[in-house]
Amino acid sequence: MSGAGIVIAFWVLAITSVGSALAVVWVRDIFRAALFLVLCFASVAGLYITLNADFLAAVQILIYAGAISILLIFAIMLTRDTRSAGRSTYLRNPAFLIALLLFITLLFAVLNTDWQAVAQVGTEPSTTAIAQLLFDKTKGFVLPFEIASVLLLVAMIGAIALVKED
Amino acid sequence: MNLWDYIYNLANIRDRITDWANGLFVGWVVYLLIALVGIVAILIFLVPSLMAFIWIERRLVGRFQVRYGPNRVGPFGILQPVADALKVLAKEALTPADADKWVFWLAPVAIFVPALLVYAVLPFGPRMSFADLNIGILYVVAISSLSAISVFMAGWSSNNKFSLLGAMRAVAQMVSYEVPMVLSILGVIMLAGSLQMSHIVQEQLDRNVWFILIQPLGFMVYFISAVAELNRTPTDIMEAESEIVAGYHTEYSGMKFSLFYLAEYTNALAVSAIISTLFFGGWGTAPILDKLPPWLWFIAKIYFFFAILVWMRGTLPRLRIDQLMGFAWKFLLPLALINLFVTGAEVLVWEEYDLAAGWIIPSMVIINFALAGILIVAWTKLFQLRRAWA
Repeated sequence: MSGAGIVIAFWVLAITSVGSALAVVWVRDIFRAALFLVLCFASVAGLYITLNADFLAAVQILIYAGAISILLIFAIMLTRDTRSAGRSTYLRNPAFLIALLLFITLLFAVLNTDWQAVAQVGTEPSTTAIAQLLFDKTKGFVLPFEIASVLLLVAMIGAIALVKED
Repeated sequence: MNLWDYIYNLANIRDRITDWANGLFVGWVVYLLIALVGIVAILIFLVPSLMAFIWIERRLVGRFQVRYGPNRVGPFGILQPVADALKVLAKEALTPADADKWVFWLAPVAIFVPALLVYAVLPFGPRMSFADLNIGILYVVAISSLSAISVFMAGWSSNNKFSLLGAMRAVAQMVSYEVPMVLSILGVIMLAGSLQMSHIVQEQLDRNVWFILIQPLGFMVYFISAVAELNRTPTDIMEAESEIVAGYHTEYSGMKFSLFYLAEYTNALAVSAIISTLFFGGWGTAPILDKLPPWLWFIAKIYFFFAILVWMRGTLPRLRIDQLMGFAWKFLLPLALINLFVTGAEVLVWEEYDLAAGWIIPSMVIINFALAGILIVAWTKLFQLRRAWA
């Protein structure tokens, strides 16, 4: 595929993702905000595709756009009064502080990253490469991977134990 | 190449067009042109198939219920879908006064997008995918997980309690059944050693064994969870008309309603195609029968599995929501996990010994079928769906 197509795709996706991310914050209706978040996740997946990270893109759609958004929607459903969700609350100032701290952290990360080294995009499909990195016998991350899954299992069993009736 | 070669493998037509266009245009025009040809080809297959499916379903369900079904429009009522389409186009599309107008309008469109996107990776024949992605089946799983959001959009924006109840049920059901579905696909992926759809089919043809024979349990789990994801009748609690009017599309009418209706059939068609790809050797057939084009066999398999879906719909009663959820978590999920474990062991054996040793595949087939039978019987004894009055 030609380079021009990638550039056009990048700009369309970048504008969509930033625009929908801003809409998440600005839209008053909390359900529409959640939908804009799904759009944001999906366009980030599109950005991964322009970087030839096909596996990452599919996982982004599956987990963020498919599962996390469903979790958000469940949270909205369980919220008693969604109409007044846009009003300011007493948590406004602490939230502003946390957002500011997050922004400063991200700013540092952006400024300190060597973007030239990252800019070299691989042309090969990345699924096998990811598997190699994760599960290689000598320098892989099999143990951390297993620990992470055990952690998730513990969290799941904990959740079930919390809501069990008897 | 003569005419038969072009009919036998439609990819040859695409190659011919590519060659012709390469001489005339620059790269990106050719790219766009080929993409357009692929989209048109998929639509040429899809639109008549959808009409045929609607007709087949109504006729077959009619037979099951000892009545005629549509038989007035055209011979055997075959033009009934056309008449329905015209009627639906002429109808007024109402919007409730208190609805969230934008989301209400967007939901039927949004539900059709993932339904169509799945067709991009289906392998209709050798080299006959629109985009033979490296991550094919993962792409299918990822894209089809999006349809729950559109269903919820419809239910929420209608501002109607039945719509919202239907949408809540839909989301709970789709999220639950996605887990055993993905786990049962994993067995096939492990055997094939690839996520690519064409590679999965090729692997079955190379080894002369359809994966249904090695993965009977995986097939059953996949089939049941896929039917649940489709929300067709044994599991259509989200639009159960005897309980919640019509579920999430209670407030929809006219063309907007028919988009939901068509998306259901589009998904049914895609699920039939994925079942034939993963478990029934895709476009492959017996050596004598492959005089006919491979894509014809693939389409024949799709129609066969759709007929089974209709059969299930005509035969089985609707499950209650607690039974449905219990079935996913207590029955399908453990079976899928055991199946995954056994398949892992079998893949190790498969890699250890040369496949030329003829005993491996037959013994695997016997072991797997015995295991599937024992497990299903054992689980039905251990776990029974609660009766309504218990």
